[in-house]
Amino acid sequence: MSTAAVANKRNKWMGGESPFDISYGKMMMWFFLMSDAFTFGAFLISYGTIRFSSPLWPDPNAVFRAFPGGFENAPLMFVSLMTFILILSSVTMVLAVHAGHCRDKKGVVKWMIWTILGGIAFLSCQAWEWIHLNHEGGWWGSFRDGADMSHLANFFAATVSPQDLATYGADAAHKFFNFFFTITGFHGFHVFSGVVFNIMILVFTMNGVFEKKGHYEWVEKCGLYWHFVDLVWVFVFTCFYLL
Amino acid sequence: MSNETHNTAHGHEAHNDHNDDHHHEEHHQHFFNKYVFSMDHKIISRQFLITGMFWAIAGGLMSVFFRLQLGFPEESFQVLSAFLGDWAKGGKMDPEMYYGLVTIHGTVLVFFVLTAGLSGTFSNFLIPLQIGARDMASPFLNMLSYWFFFAAGVVMFASLFVHTGPASGGWTTYPPLSAMKEASMGSGIGMDLWLISMTLFIISSLLGGLNYIVTILNMRTKGMSMKRLPLTIWAFLFTAVLGVLSFPVLLSAAVLLIFDRHGGTSFYLSEIFIGGQAMPNVGGSAILYQHLFWFLGHPEVYIIMLPAMGMASEILATNARKPIFGYFAMVISILGITVLAFLVWAHHMFVTGMSPFLGGVFVLLTLLIAIPSAVKVFNWIVTIWKGNIRFTNGMLFALGFVSLFISGGLTGIFLGNSALDIHLHDTYFVVAHFHIVMGISAFFGMFAGVYHWFPKMYGRFMNKTLGYIHFFITFIGAYVIFWPMHYEGVAGMPRRYYDFSSWQSFSQFGDLNKMISIAAIVVFFAQLLFVFNYFVSIWRGKKVTGEKPNPWDSTTLEWTTAADPGHGNWQGPIPEVHRWAYDFRENEVDGTDFIMQDVPLREGEEEH
Repeated sequence: MSTAAVANKRNKWMGGESPFDISYGKMMMWFFLMSDAFTFGAFLISYGTIRFSSPLWPDPNAVFRAFPGGFENAPLMFVSLMTFILILSSVTMVLAVHAGHCRDKKGVVKWMIWTILGGIAFLSCQAWEWIHLNHEGGWWGSFRDGADMSHLANFFAATVSPQDLATYGADAAHKFFNFFFTITGFHGFHVFSGVVFNIMILVFTMNGVFEKKGHYEWVEKCGLYWHFVDLVWVFVFTCFYLL
Repeated sequence: MSNETHNTAHGHEAHNDHNDDHHHEEHHQHFFNKYVFSMDHKIISRQFLITGMFWAIAGGLMSVFFRLQLGFPEESFQVLSAFLGDWAKGGKMDPEMYYGLVTIHGTVLVFFVLTAGLSGTFSNFLIPLQIGARDMASPFLNMLSYWFFFAAGVVMFASLFVHTGPASGGWTTYPPLSAMKEASMGSGIGMDLWLISMTLFIISSLLGGLNYIVTILNMRTKGMSMKRLPLTIWAFLFTAVLGVLSFPVLLSAAVLLIFDRHGGTSFYLSEIFIGGQAMPNVGGSAILYQHLFWFLGHPEVYIIMLPAMGMASEILATNARKPIFGYFAMVISILGITVLAFLVWAHHMFVTGMSPFLGGVFVLLTLLIAIPSAVKVFNWIVTIWKGNIRFTNGMLFALGFVSLFISGGLTGIFLGNSALDIHLHDTYFVVAHFHIVMGISAFFGMFAGVYHWFPKMYGRFMNKTLGYIHFFITFIGAYVIFWPMHYEGVAGMPRRYYDFSSWQSFSQFGDLNKMISIAAIVVFFAQLLFVFNYFVSIWRGKKVTGEKPNPWDSTTLEWTTAADPGHGNWQGPIPEVHRWAYDFRENEVDGTDFIMQDVPLREGEEEH
């Protein structure tokens, strides 16, 4: 008992070992995620700057009211489904990492497949939403002078006066969609790369690469990335859909 | 990690410890693998250095060209048409090209030379050698870091040859000039190439920075606690932290700018008229770009300065034969500079129309940075105070670094005041300030490092006499070039202008501008002397002697191994560390005045 206490007290910063007891790869991933957080942070702060200097802004309940199958009055239902899918895929990722700790190859394969499917499902939902909004006229650079304004009123709360809509509506929609497509696009690109990494991990696992290595740390590193992408979505979701 | 487990006879055995990435190397050491796609940090550092030298010459030559224009606005020069072709018909530089040269000069000097060339070279070279590691944590990513930098350089170089010229909106590339293709010639394809090049550079910097941080934290040899690290390593650590946290914001800025250029968006654009024609972009903010840019831009200054500071500390202590004064204060100062670096960016934007109250906050935070900077200067001076100084080439440049850092730093206190800045912003006072404090002084840190560690890099010395000539011309020349610019700036002479001769108020500076231009040309050629010295010394320099040569009587670990130890750094086991990095005192064992870090404490000896 007393020797254990001494061992715990030993200074891990004396060199010859990792002070945090983690491999260089995992630490690198943590620092990379911190860096990436600054990229997303800069995007979201830019979004906030522009939004709060605008006299009018689209109402998320009005913009995101559609659901596949022709439902036109289901505000935020679809994005809730998307978010639920992504968070579920984080759960399956946790299970894959856990299976990796237990060196349970079958478990890793099973849960990685579910995670990949979750990622693909999320991306498909995003594709549907993008196409839908595009049909209503939204895109990068939309609602500038001379653009088709027929759907403009759809994006704003019913309480906005026609006069305000005429004065500020197009500008607000223009700015909203510029940021919406850029930031969700950048996030979607992260999800896409995550799916690619996950597929690579799946293939490696099935070929027994990690079994031979003796550990499943790669699953864990990809897991860190995957959870981070989920976490970023929570912020993107909050900024664009809730606030 | 477990460095001590492979105290095997050959370097490459050591690689098994950082698993997966690279144990297939070294078995077939063809020229290609050894010198081109090398994963040895020592080779990669030389690649960074030599690429950096290429860019320094290119960027320096650009400054010679536009100094010819500024010093001799009435004359024409054949050399200009020889290099610039149609951009200098009849030897007279086209104004568009003038702006292009100023822009690319700034970009390549700041990013390619003083970021990649400085911390890329020395972080790579010194981190594993000074902390006692066989290589970087991930030699593969380290190699990629260099090749992304190389690719960034290729794209930037290509942009010089496109028919509308390179980016020409200044190195800060503010919109709308950089966002509207119609705004100027350089805002076309040249600007796109600039953005692509910078994106590649950001990736390179990220890969490098992650490696440096993780290597320092995870791979120190046994006994190398954080408080025994040489100050160089502390400086590289925080340089990398700055880079990893600030470059991503530039990436965001660049992505939004790309959409403004090609996606019809208006992140940075509002109410713009070009040639009387209203642009359709509305609702954006040009100031937003400036905030994003300077959130990188200011930490970037310290990304450039910290490695120079770290190396100067090391070289000053070694050549004054005294322990560095205030080691702990030095570390805290580096930390303080790192934190404050993120909180001062808006002092570049005092006159953009941002709230004066916000300006007040940034004045305070900016002036606070003077404290850690002054602590460092004080410690350097006390370190050499009553020292037994050896005036080696490296030492001279380290002393020059301190001198320039003081001269340039003091004018920063002027510029950090938002009230004074109303008068001084965008004048030659600013040009003088940042060239001295982060341009020339960082260059001096870099030269000091090259002269000091050249024997470690190539097992030979650089020629000392040429080194002295190089130092004195550069040191005196630097002051001759930049000191008069303070006067011009106080008189209100604006930067980035093509020709001052037609302004009544600035034509009085005609002769001064001539003198500055001549000095700049002389200093430029003195740098070629350095390049000549460098390359000739690789093959012809005087050889260092001894099995484990330690030509400067240093205490740190890089001098505990053979001159050319190969990939793996130590032929035998990695040395264990028993004392701090600055044990300059009487060594009772062999009568010298220093004790190396791997010498165990004697009985009854207390650690510093």
